[in-house]
Amino acid sequence: MRGARHARWAAGAAAMALAATACGGGGGSGGSADGVLSSSWGDPQNPLEPSNTNEVQGGKVLDMIFRGLKRYNPKTGAAENMLAEKIDTSDSQNFTITVKDGWTFSNGEKVTAKSFVDAWNYGASLRNNQKNAYFFGYIEGYDKVHPGGGSQTAEKLDGLKVTGDRTFTVRLNQKFSGFPDTLGYAAFAPLPQSFFTDHAGWLAKPVGNGPYAIESYTKGSQMELRKWDAYPGDDKARNDGVTLKVYTDGNTAYTDLMAGNLDLVDDIPAAQLKNVKNDLGDRYINTPAGIIQTLAFPFYDPAWNKSGSEKVRKGLSMAINRAQITDTIFQKTRTPASDWTSPVLGVAGGFKEGLCGDGCEYKPAEAKKLVQEGGGIPGGQVRITYNADTGSHREWIDAVCNSINNALGNDKACVGNPVGTFADFRNQIGQHKLTGPFRAGWQMDYPLIQNFLQPLYYTGASSNDGKWSNKDFDRLVDRANAETDTAKAVQTFQEAEKVVRDNMAAIPLWYQNGSAGYSQRLSNVALNPFSVPVYNEIKVG
Amino acid sequence: MGRYVVRRLLQMIPVFVGATLLIFLMVNVMGDPIAGLCGERACDPATAAQLKREFGLDKPLWQQYLTYMGDVFTGDFGTAFNGQPVTELMATAFPVTIRLTIVAILFEIVVGITLGVVTGLRRGRPIDTTVLVGTLVVISVPVFVTGLVLQILLGVEWQWIQPSVSPDAPFGELIVPGLVLASVSLAYVTRLTRTSIAENKRSDYVRTAIAKGLPRHRVITRHLLRNSLIPVVTFIGTDIGALMGGAIVTERIFNIHGVGYQLYQGILRQNTQTVVGFVTVLVLVFLVANLLVDLLYAVLDPRIRYA
Repeated sequence: MRGARHARWAAGAAAMALAATACGGGGGSGGSADGVLSSSWGDPQNPLEPSNTNEVQGGKVLDMIFRGLKRYNPKTGAAENMLAEKIDTSDSQNFTITVKDGWTFSNGEKVTAKSFVDAWNYGASLRNNQKNAYFFGYIEGYDKVHPGGGSQTAEKLDGLKVTGDRTFTVRLNQKFSGFPDTLGYAAFAPLPQSFFTDHAGWLAKPVGNGPYAIESYTKGSQMELRKWDAYPGDDKARNDGVTLKVYTDGNTAYTDLMAGNLDLVDDIPAAQLKNVKNDLGDRYINTPAGIIQTLAFPFYDPAWNKSGSEKVRKGLSMAINRAQITDTIFQKTRTPASDWTSPVLGVAGGFKEGLCGDGCEYKPAEAKKLVQEGGGIPGGQVRITYNADTGSHREWIDAVCNSINNALGNDKACVGNPVGTFADFRNQIGQHKLTGPFRAGWQMDYPLIQNFLQPLYYTGASSNDGKWSNKDFDRLVDRANAETDTAKAVQTFQEAEKVVRDNMAAIPLWYQNGSAGYSQRLSNVALNPFSVPVYNEIKVG
Repeated sequence: MGRYVVRRLLQMIPVFVGATLLIFLMVNVMGDPIAGLCGERACDPATAAQLKREFGLDKPLWQQYLTYMGDVFTGDFGTAFNGQPVTELMATAFPVTIRLTIVAILFEIVVGITLGVVTGLRRGRPIDTTVLVGTLVVISVPVFVTGLVLQILLGVEWQWIQPSVSPDAPFGELIVPGLVLASVSLAYVTRLTRTSIAENKRSDYVRTAIAKGLPRHRVITRHLLRNSLIPVVTFIGTDIGALMGGAIVTERIFNIHGVGYQLYQGILRQNTQTVVGFVTVLVLVFLVANLLVDLLYAVLDPRIRYA
C-alpha cells in the first residue's frame, strides 16, 4: 500500500517537473544577458598557455584575450603592427623591436619589452614542455635552451636582449626576412608577471592584454569572457562579452542554434551542410580559410621514391575528380586546389591559381597513361591511410579512390585504410609504418607562403611527414628567406613551389573554407583567415 | 549477514585488480598518445621525450601499472593531458551522471513497475496489448534515434525544453535525457514485472490472501508485488552500473558533461589516466550495486538468509 502511493506521487512529481521545464524552456533567446553572445566551443586539448596552444579551440580564446606585436588583418590576412611601434632591421637577421606606450594587461600591469622576452624564453625552454617551442627555433641560442637530445644548457635565449623599458633586440641564427610577419602568431604574445609567479592561478583564469577579459572559466564546459572597458587598442569589442560553451557534438550545437539556445556555431557539421541554406539563409557564412588538404607520400619507402615515381604521383593526381567531390560531398565548402598554398594569401602574398597546371586537372585517359609510364602503382594497389575518428574523412577518401579506380579502369587500384584514432594515425606516420599515401591537412600558423612550403617540404622539417628531400627546393627556400625585398622573396618561394609541382611531392586536393551560422540577434559576423570568428567585431541586438 | 558482507567485499579485490589491469592494457594497445598532441605535425623529439617521462610512458608497462595502482590507493588518479588532475574531472563529471542515473532509475521504477503491474493484472486486455507493442517499439529503436527525435521535436519544433543541458545540469533539465537513457531498460522492467506478476497471481499464497478477505490493494502490494519484485530488483541493480557507463550516447546528444563525455574524450585523446580512472570508479559502482541487490533479496523474501 505504502509503496504504491509513493509511486503515484513520484509519477505526478515527474510530470509536474516536466511541465515546469516546458514553460521555462521556450522563448529564451541565447540564454544570456543583453549584449553578450554565446558561441560553440570545444574543450582545448592543452593548457591555455600561448606557446602551448596549437589547435583552433584554444586559439579562439587566445585571440580574444591577447594582442601581440603584430596582428593579422581579419579580412586580408596582412600582418599589421599592433603593439609594435616599429621593427627595424638592416640585415634580416638582427631586429630591434619597440613596443608601443600605454598598453597594459587587464590586471593593470604595464606591457613592456620584458613581458615579451620573458614569455618567449618561457616558450622556448625545454623544461616547460611547450608544444609551440619550435616557433622560437629561429632565435639564436634555441639549440641551448631546447636541444634535440639531452638536457638544456641555458635558461634563456642568447638572441633576446632587453635594451630599454620598451625596446628589445632579437638576433636570429639565420637570415629570415619574414620573421616580423610571424610575430602575430599567438605563441609570441606577451605575458604578465602573474603567469610566472602564480602559474596555477593564471591557468585557472588566464589574464591577457586583449579586448576581452575572462570573468569565469569552468574547465571542460564553459568560459565567460567580458568586454574589457579599459582596453587601449583600436579594435575594442563591439559587444558586451562572449560566452563559450563546450559542445561534444557539433550537431547538438547546430540544434541549439536552431532552437535559439545558442548565437553562433563556427563549424557547421558536414551532416547539416545540405540544410544550412534553408535553415539560416544569409546567416550562414562560408569563406576561404588558410587550410589546404593534400595527399602525402612515403618517400622513405623506395617504391615511391624511384625515377618515374613522379609520373605515378602525377597520374594519381590527374585521376581525382576534385570538382565533383567538393560539390557533392562538401557542398562547395571546399574549392579544388590548383597550387600548394591558399587563396587567403592573396596574389601578392604568393597564392597563384593554376600553378599546378594540368597535374591538378581531371584527365582520366592521360592519368592512366602516366601511371603506366611510371611503372604502375607500387604493389599494385594504393592504400590511402586516414584517421576515421573526426571529420568526414571516410566519405572523401572513398570518393577519391572511386575516382582513381574509374580513371585507371581497375576497381582494386585504390582503397582507403582507416586508423581508429588521430593519435594512432600520427604514430604510424611518425614510425614510418605507412607504405602508401596518407591524408595530410595543413592549417597555416601565419599567412605567409613560407608557412605553406618550408614546414612541409624542406628537408627534415617538422611536418615533412613523408621525408621528401630535394636540394633545389631547399636552396630556393634558403634564398627566399634571406631576401629582404618581400615581392622578390614571394617570387623565389613560388620558384620553390614549382619544384614541388614538378616532383608532385604531395597531391593538392582542395582549399578548405571556414563556415559558421548565427542567430538573428547578431550582425557583422565574419571569420578570419584562420576560420575563427572575429568576435570583437560582432554586434548584438 | 555481517560476515557475508565482508566476504563479498573481499571478493571485490581480485575483480577490481583484474578489471583495472585489463583496461590499462587495452588503452595501452592503442599506442603512444603523445603523437596526437601536436596537431598535424610531429612533436619535436625533445618535448615528446620529456612529456613521456612526465606521464611515465617511457617505463615498461608493468611498472606503469604498479605506479598507477600505488597512486590510486593514495587517492591520486593522475593528470589528464590538459593539465587537470583526473580527480578534478571526476568531481565535476560524476555528480552530473549520478543525477542523470537517478532520473533514469526513477523512471524505470515508477513508470516501469506501474505499467508492469497494470498489464500483469490485466493480461490479454487491450491495455496489455498496447503496452506490450509500445515496449517492443522502444526496445527495437536505437537509443540515439529516440534521443535525436525527442530533441528535435521537444527542443526545436515545440520548444518545450532546451535541446542541450546547461553545465550545471539541474534535475529539471535532465528529465528528457533521463527518459531517453532509461527508455530501453524501462521497457524491460515493464515486461519483467508483467510476467512475474502474471505468474504469481495464480499462486497459493495469493489465493489464501484473497480467501482471508484482505482488500485487493493490500493483496497486490503486500503479497503479490513484493514477491514478484525479485527479478526486477536484480535487473535494476545491475542496470545502475550499465546506465552510468552507457550514458555516452545520451550525454553526447544532449551535450551533458558527465562521465560519458569524459570517457569519450579520454578515449579519443588516448588519455590512459582519464579512461582507467573513470572506468575503475565505474567498476566499483557496479560491484557495490550488485552487493546491495543481493542484500535487498533478504529484505524482499524473508526466506533468503545470508550467513
